[in-house]
Amino acid sequence: MKTWLIQHWQAFTFTLKQLLRTPFTSLLSIVVIGITFSLPVGVYTLLENLQSYSGKMVETPELSVFLKLDVTKTEEEEIRRRLEMQELIKSFQFIPKDYALKQLAQDNEMAMVVDNIGHNPLPDAFIVTTRRARAEELDQLRTNLQEWPGIEYVQFDTDWAKRVDALLNLGRLAVVILTTLLSIALIVVIFNTIRLQILTKREEIEVSKLIGATDSFIQRPFLYFGTIQGLAGGMMAWLIMVLGIQLMNDELAVLAELYATDFHLKHLDFEDSISLLAFSAWLGWLGARLSVASYLWRIEPK
Amino acid sequence: MISFNNVCKRFPDGFDALKNIAFTIESGEMVFVTGHSGAGKSTLLRLIAAIERPTSGSIMVNGQDVSQMKKSAIPFLRRNIGLIFQDHKILFDRSVFANVMLPLQIGSFDSKTAAKRARAALDKVGLLNREKALPVTLSGGERQRLCIARAVVHRPSILIADEPTGNLDAAYARDIMNMFTLFHQVGVTVLIATHDATLLENTPRRILALNHGKLAA
Repeated sequence: MKTWLIQHWQAFTFTLKQLLRTPFTSLLSIVVIGITFSLPVGVYTLLENLQSYSGKMVETPELSVFLKLDVTKTEEEEIRRRLEMQELIKSFQFIPKDYALKQLAQDNEMAMVVDNIGHNPLPDAFIVTTRRARAEELDQLRTNLQEWPGIEYVQFDTDWAKRVDALLNLGRLAVVILTTLLSIALIVVIFNTIRLQILTKREEIEVSKLIGATDSFIQRPFLYFGTIQGLAGGMMAWLIMVLGIQLMNDELAVLAELYATDFHLKHLDFEDSISLLAFSAWLGWLGARLSVASYLWRIEPK
Repeated sequence: MISFNNVCKRFPDGFDALKNIAFTIESGEMVFVTGHSGAGKSTLLRLIAAIERPTSGSIMVNGQDVSQMKKSAIPFLRRNIGLIFQDHKILFDRSVFANVMLPLQIGSFDSKTAAKRARAALDKVGLLNREKALPVTLSGGERQRLCIARAVVHRPSILIADEPTGNLDAAYARDIMNMFTLFHQVGVTVLIATHDATLLENTPRRILALNHGKLAA
């Protein structure tokens, strides 16, 4: 265990020194990886923000449940009872038709119309507030309510929510495609870097093999190199995102003020940040691993 | 310690480098391998360290059959052998000291013990005052000594040298030979390939004479 730790520590410090020995080249490839990664991460962050914004708008969705004009008192009680049992429903409020008419009559123009009609054409209604839910769930709830006896019509517009959902799904697909393609690009970049390194270290590898180095000993610095580069690239992408979001938020603040809303972009949360770093480090490792697997065995002592 | 049993080595191009070689070297012995160039001296040494594999026959080193050895076991075989190469195989991108440290890092010694051992090995070959130097500044004789220091630093039980005095003048060559004798005296098995006749005259030892891949009787 101790020797294992020593060997890993040696490989790690050796790799760091290696990176620092050629700071410009190292920085260059880290920047390339960072920029490559900031693209899907950026799109992802925008999507997350959009989703939380659209989520805010359907946070307290309301359904208007209009009762039949000839609804009986028992039917009304039954509806009340059944509404209470619905899990999705947070609260509801009964609006008697007289109250609704009174509300309507407060508007001067409407008051005249109401007077002309002479009787109350409005139905009794429930205003139902649901818990936060997906559009399909709310849709399902509406269909259910629609079938209850005594209910004439349930009004709830989920179309816009569905549209936003569909757009978000499209965006997510784009992120997946972008991430896949750019991950492959990243693996290729690291693969090639490590390949060049292996070729320039040919002699060292040969000598190491001659004096009894195991394959895993020889591989280790290269794997560390790939992993550290991937990780540093991930950090670079994260920093690019911080900078980008900062810049955009300054502009958005002006825009939001014009629309009298408070809208600003949030950065990746902790979990997503860790995932980003872990993923980029893993890709770096993978690129190095593939490179090592395809080139190291070719170097045999002559 | 080292024994060859009907060993043949044919290279892919059809050249028979060694034909039916059989001998045994006891533990702690010092043996010369001689012969004209192309006689198979290097091939014989390389077979012992599993750098080459025999076409047929068996090779026992420290009780292990090298000819049948799995690839993953070879590093551990080599850690018990000190190899000195004709072309030195020194790494020029690091200091003399770092070159000697390499076998110890592979054997995963902690860095304090390793540094102590590396300095001891450099001292033994008279290079301690050059530990910070880059190998490119060393003379031919010094490079050979560096190669020896690297070969013995992890205290192997077998020392194998291929033409260790190849390009050196007589005084240097004598120096190097004295070093090998010292290692032999502390119990290391030493195997030296050479075509240098004067070397053999000065140090009378058992000789394995190769002639066109065959062992002379």
